Amino acid sequence: MRISPTKFISLLFLVLSVFYLYTAYNIQVFAFDENAPFNARTFPIYLGWAGIILSSLKIILPEKVTTEVNHKHLDYKSIIYLIIISLIYAAVILKIGYFISTSLFLFASYYFLGERRWGLMFILSFPFVAAFMYLLHGLLNIYLRDPFLKYIGVMG
Amino acid sequence: MIEGILIGLSTALSLTNILMVMVGCFAGTIIGMLPGLGPMTAIALMIPITYGFDPSTGLILMAGVYYGAVFGGSTSSILLNAPGIPGTVATAFDGYPMAQQGKAGKALAIAAYSSFAGGTISAIFLLVAAPSLSKVSLAFRSPDYFALMILGLTAISAFSSKGQFLKAMMMVVLGLMLATVGQDSLSDITRFTFNNMNLTDGISFVLIVMATFAMSEALTIIFRGKDPNRAAKQISLTELGSIKVNKEETIKMAKTIPRSSILGFLIGVLPGAGATIASFLAYGMERNYVNEEEKQKFGKGSVHGLSAPETANNAACSGSFVPLLTLGIPGSGTTAVMLGALLGFGIQPGPRLYQTNPEIFWSVIMSMYIGMVVLLILNLPLIPYIARILAVPRNYLIPLILFFSVTGIYLMSFNNFDIFLMIGIAVVATFLRLYDFPMPPLILAFVLGGLMEETLRRSLLISDGSPNFLWDRPITLIILLITITIVGWQIFSTFKKKN
Repeated sequence: MRISPTKFISLLFLVLSVFYLYTAYNIQVFAFDENAPFNARTFPIYLGWAGIILSSLKIILPEKVTTEVNHKHLDYKSIIYLIIISLIYAAVILKIGYFISTSLFLFASYYFLGERRWGLMFILSFPFVAAFMYLLHGLLNIYLRDPFLKYIGVMG
Repeated sequence: MIEGILIGLSTALSLTNILMVMVGCFAGTIIGMLPGLGPMTAIALMIPITYGFDPSTGLILMAGVYYGAVFGGSTSSILLNAPGIPGTVATAFDGYPMAQQGKAGKALAIAAYSSFAGGTISAIFLLVAAPSLSKVSLAFRSPDYFALMILGLTAISAFSSKGQFLKAMMMVVLGLMLATVGQDSLSDITRFTFNNMNLTDGISFVLIVMATFAMSEALTIIFRGKDPNRAAKQISLTELGSIKVNKEETIKMAKTIPRSSILGFLIGVLPGAGATIASFLAYGMERNYVNEEEKQKFGKGSVHGLSAPETANNAACSGSFVPLLTLGIPGSGTTAVMLGALLGFGIQPGPRLYQTNPEIFWSVIMSMYIGMVVLLILNLPLIPYIARILAVPRNYLIPLILFFSVTGIYLMSFNNFDIFLMIGIAVVATFLRLYDFPMPPLILAFVLGGLMEETLRRSLLISDGSPNFLWDRPITLIILLITITIVGWQIFSTFKKKN
C-alpha cells in the first residue's frame, strides 16, 4: 500500500499532536490552580486535541486534490550545501563576530550557487556587509555585537 | 471641527515641519525595509531625536517615520516575500507573485495608492467619528475578541488554502502550538521549553516569519532549480519599474478600496486587533466579493488581492489612533510607543484631550495625514529604482535574502540558538510548502496565539468554566455564526465539487 506524501505529513502531525498533548497534560501548575476553570494547561490541551482531530480527518478522508512533486527535478545538492553553510554561519557568528562570519557566509553562498565573478562576489560580501553595519551601527545607532571588530578597535 | 482642522493644518504645513516629515518618510522607508525592524522600532528610534523639538515637530517627524516604515515593510513583502511585520504578511500573497511576473513597479504603485486611499478614507472617519467610535471599541469584551480571532483564523484558512481547508486548519493549530512555547503570560509557568533557557521567552514573530516566508522561499527557489524572477528579468528595467496602472486595474482598486477601508478602520478601532487581523480579513472578504474569474487569480497576482490588505492595514493604523487619542488606551505596540512619545512631550491622551486641548488632538491627526501625502509624493518616483532589486541575479539574491533573515534574528537576540531554530523551521516549512500546506494561516495563528489564550482565559474565568460565554452576548454569537457559515460553506463547496 502506498501512502501519499500529504497523508504521511498528516501522520507526522498526528504524532506531533499526541506528543504535544502528552506534554500539555504534564505541565506543572500551581496547586491552587489545579482545579481552576483555566490554567496554564487548558489552552495547550485544547490545541492538542484539535491537532489530533484535524490530522486524523486528513488521514481518514479521501484526498480530493493530490499534490505530486517530482523529486528527480529537485536540486537536493545545492540546498544541502546552503543549509550546511547556514549552520556553520550560525555556529561561528558569536565567536568570530558578525562582520567576518557574514561576509564569509555571503561569499561562500555565491560560490556554491555557481557564481565565479570574484570581484563582484567580493564587493557584495565584505564591503557590502561593512556598509550595512555602518548603516545600522553608525547611522541608526543600533547595537551590533562584534567581538572581533571590538578587539581590533573598529567598534566601541 | 473645521477650526480644529485649520489649526492642525497650519501647524503641520510650516517649512520646518514639512522638512521633518520628508526626512521621517525617507528614514522610515529605509528602516521598514530592513528585516525585523518595523514601525514600532522605527518610532522608538526617533524618540530620543525628537526630544529637542517642540511637540508638533516631533510628532510630525514620527508620523513620517511611521508611514514610511509601513510602506518599507510592504516593499520587502512585495519584492522579496519577506514581510518584516505581521501587518504586511497578507500583502505578500498577491504582491510577490505580481512582482515575479515582471510587474514589480506596478505592484508597489498599487500598494502605495491603496495605502494612501485607505489612509485618507480612515482619516476622514477619524475626524468625524472618533469620539463615538471609542464607545463601540469599549463595548467589545473578551468573548467577542475570542470569537473575532476564531473568525479571522477560519477566514484565512478558507480563503488562502485553495480548496484544502483541512491542511490550512492544521497549519493554524501548528501556529497556535508554536505560540504556546515559553512562559505562560499569567502564571509565568514555562511550557514546551524542554529545560532550554533560550525558549523561555517564547519564539519571536520575526523568527517565524523569516523562516516560513523569506528563508523557506529562498530554499524553495534553489530546491526547484528555477528562477522565480525570470519573467522580471526578461523585460526591460523601465518596464519592470513602471508604475503605470491601467484603467481596468484602477476600476478594480476603486471597488476594493472603500470596503477594505471601512473594514480596516473598524477593526483598527478595537484595541489589540490592529492591522494584522484587518489585512487578513480584508483579503478574505475581497475574495468573497469578486466574481469567479477574479477569484481564480487570488494568490497569483490579483489586483484586488493586493489592494485589499494594503488598504485595510493603513486604515487600521489610523483606526488604532481612536482608542489612543480618545481613551488613552494604546491598541497596538506601535501606538503604545506613540503614547510614550506623547507623554514625553507632556501630552496626556484621553477623553479630556479632545475637549481641553483640541489643537493638539487635531495637530496629531493632521500630521499623520500630511505624513501619508508626503510619503506618496516622495516614494512614487523612487519605485522604479526600488523595483530593480528583482533584476538582481538569483545567485546573488538568494544569499542576500538569507543574510537579511539571519541579520533580523541576530539583531534581536545576539544568540545563535535562534538562528539554528530559524534554519530548522525554514527546512520544515520548505517541505510543507512543496506539498501545498499554506503558511499564512500558521503566521496569523502564531501572531494571535497569545491574545487568543488571554481572551479565552478571561472568558472562561468570568463564566466559571462554562462554555456559555460563546452565546451569551449577541456580538459573540453573531461573529461565531459568521464563522460557522464559512466552515459550512467550505464543506458544502467540497461536496458540490465532488458531485
